[in-house]
Amino acid sequence: MPSHATIAALRFGYGLGPGQASDAAALLADLDGPDPMPGRFPAPGMEAVQALILSFREARGASKDGRAALEAYRAEQRHAVALTRANGAAVIARGVAAPVGFRERLVAFWADHFTVIGRGAELRPMVLAFADEAIRPHVAGSFPAMLRAATLHPAMLVYLEQAFSVGPNSVPGKRGRGLNENLGREVLELHTLGAGAGYDQADVRQMALLLTGLTWTPRGGMVFRPGAAEPGAETVLGRRYGGPGPARIEDIEAALDDLARRPETARHLARKLAVHFCADDPDPALVDAMAAAYAAGDGQLMPVYRALLAHPAAWESFGQKVRQPQDFLIAALRALQVPSEAVAGLDVAEANRRIFQPLRRLGQPLGEPDGPNGWPEDAAVWIHPQGLAARIDWAMNAPRLWRDDPPEPRAFLAAALGDAADPGLATAVARAETEREAVGLVLASPAFNRR
Amino acid sequence: MLDRRQILKGAALIGCSAAAHPLLSTVTFAAAPGENRLCVIILRGAMDGLDLCRPVADPLLAAYRPGLAAARDPATELGNGWALHPALAPLMPLWAQGQLGVVQATSTPYRDKRSHFDGQDILEAGTGGDLPPASQRDGWLNRMLQAMPGLGSETAFSVGAEGMLILSGAARVASWSPDTKLALSPQAQLLLESLYHDDPLFRDAGAAAMALAGEIGADPTAAGPGGNGANLRLARFAAERLAGETRIAAFSIAGWDTHRAQTGVMRGNLARLAQVILALRDGLGPVWARTTVLAMTEFGRTARENGTGGTDHGTGGAMLVAGGAVKGGRVMGRWPGLDEAALYDRRDILPTSDVRAWAGWAMRGLYGFDRALVEGTVFPGLDLGENPGLLL
Repeated sequence: MPSHATIAALRFGYGLGPGQASDAAALLADLDGPDPMPGRFPAPGMEAVQALILSFREARGASKDGRAALEAYRAEQRHAVALTRANGAAVIARGVAAPVGFRERLVAFWADHFTVIGRGAELRPMVLAFADEAIRPHVAGSFPAMLRAATLHPAMLVYLEQAFSVGPNSVPGKRGRGLNENLGREVLELHTLGAGAGYDQADVRQMALLLTGLTWTPRGGMVFRPGAAEPGAETVLGRRYGGPGPARIEDIEAALDDLARRPETARHLARKLAVHFCADDPDPALVDAMAAAYAAGDGQLMPVYRALLAHPAAWESFGQKVRQPQDFLIAALRALQVPSEAVAGLDVAEANRRIFQPLRRLGQPLGEPDGPNGWPEDAAVWIHPQGLAARIDWAMNAPRLWRDDPPEPRAFLAAALGDAADPGLATAVARAETEREAVGLVLASPAFNRR
Repeated sequence: MLDRRQILKGAALIGCSAAAHPLLSTVTFAAAPGENRLCVIILRGAMDGLDLCRPVADPLLAAYRPGLAAARDPATELGNGWALHPALAPLMPLWAQGQLGVVQATSTPYRDKRSHFDGQDILEAGTGGDLPPASQRDGWLNRMLQAMPGLGSETAFSVGAEGMLILSGAARVASWSPDTKLALSPQAQLLLESLYHDDPLFRDAGAAAMALAGEIGADPTAAGPGGNGANLRLARFAAERLAGETRIAAFSIAGWDTHRAQTGVMRGNLARLAQVILALRDGLGPVWARTTVLAMTEFGRTARENGTGGTDHGTGGAMLVAGGAVKGGRVMGRWPGLDEAALYDRRDILPTSDVRAWAGWAMRGLYGFDRALVEGTVFPGLDLGENPGLLL
């Protein structure tokens, strides 16, 4: 078993590197300290993205008014694509640059828990705005606050179509519009209680009715329109929210708070974190400890991470997880000592060639999971013939793609894996025919792909 | 609760023993499953069966779905009060030849929670969802293979970038994506094999990858996504394998979760599905006559349009069947009707058949499986019922 410092870096961060955490305390300290990455590799917030959406849609609407208008629309399209590429490069650069990486890993984990996908060129840039505004500020804070921020964020209202849902008995409902259950269902199934919990279709519908009134416009952002809300109270899991008066956003927030504090939610989140960081089939005692910490801390997340890192199972199960492609890419760039500024500074075409296309071939197109349940965790979902072939292919070509000269292989092995490198890997590196292949073998090895 | 991790994990564990055999050998196995082909397409996201195949003679359809059911096309009228979605017009020649049919009001045994992710797991595991974990560790197509003698290395093929749960399990299955390429020097390949030797997950995947890469090579037409390119490549690749040694193939097409603006989304999705089926037919050539294609989904959608021009998660759905081996040109299954009292939960199409029974009867017809094998092993606990006459 490698040292705790190595495990801390490989399993809870993006790999070894200067400033890496030496132990659990150093990982937790990463969350207590400042959060420099968004400042260093900034991305437009939702307000800026909304301005883009407005001008994009105006240009699209006018695009049939002659050649100049069409050209203006094409320019908007190029701008939206460029922004998406730049955002992708920024996400990768943040992981490459973060010395400890635990915070970045948690941002990625929670952003996946609350997956939003931008369907349409002008909507894709909202994905990172969502992560920066609704997720990042809360990863070391409280889950109830994160749940509120995520549920009420424009990106979520757009992606899960809440922006279009109105109460069937509201004024717009009587004019033919109506309910959409999408967000109501996923709040219960994915974001809080989990699919195995004891809620039913009536709770889904009541939750969806309770969420009515919540909407979004590109001009005003999130707005609550009491007139579009279903009149009267809703009952979710036996608790009543709202009443005879005008609908209030506070009732939605109260329901979210109650859901966040349910024991089913504590277990669901604890298990999901344990699955993500430790094992596809985690030690039940570890999950129990984390769920208990969540309950005792009233949804505060630091006690949950403390319980995770204090548990021997979190360290003893080292190697049972497989790095997902995005994390594999980031870890490889760190090991190859690619400067994070070089990643962030890629132009549109190069970001596509070096980040977006490889991640697509590796099976994890950036920002495009299949649905609101985000990326799967199981090792067998990632390491199958076509998945492993894509990793090997990338590994063999990465040194050439990212560096002028391949690194010295033995030094590279030490930089990539430290004392997690096994003797067989050192032997293989020594026997490789070229330096490039030696580096590729390290990147394609089980040791580098597991954590 | 059934769970994908458990199933895939079970598959990986059993994979260790399978790896004792060379995954690919130069020996051509006698094609034990015979010449019949089965291709299963999983439509992820809950395809709206009522939009795919519409009971246009029922005035309730227009009442429930004023927006969705509005567009009609005489070309896709089927008679007997049914019409296919207008976007399926390119498939009408197949319908006329009896090579395309629809099973209406069918579903897995999954009820009430209406979660895509559990629903898909149950569809692919082929279980009732209430069985002990030991019987839920693999997909139903794999359990079917386990009962077949003399499987070759490519008798069954999982196609696409994702591993398909439906084909996971103890029986050997080839797995590849038409977009994958892998070129290694002989020395790098030897060294990788030694690195993977003690890690069963990497050893098995690596051995299959290196063998398949050598055999298949990269698809020269491979390009980025866009339009229907990605789905068509899957279909063409599947057809190529099925035209060769492969007898059973599976792939999936996502994007059927139409909560909003369904009219446009379904028009596009179904036009693309039609292209996929035609690509299979064209690629299979003469063996299309011996092919059965089953396109199934995790559940159907609400009978009524929702408030945003779409539909929400429902229960009973539809399965599209195609191929020269099917007895198509018909809407199959018992139609429960749209009366509110006939709806499941007063909102969804009532399932009147188990989708597994149709697959089970296909298996019996294609591969001669006896009833006990289907009901006891492939779909444990299923009652196959009467032969619905799915195949010719």
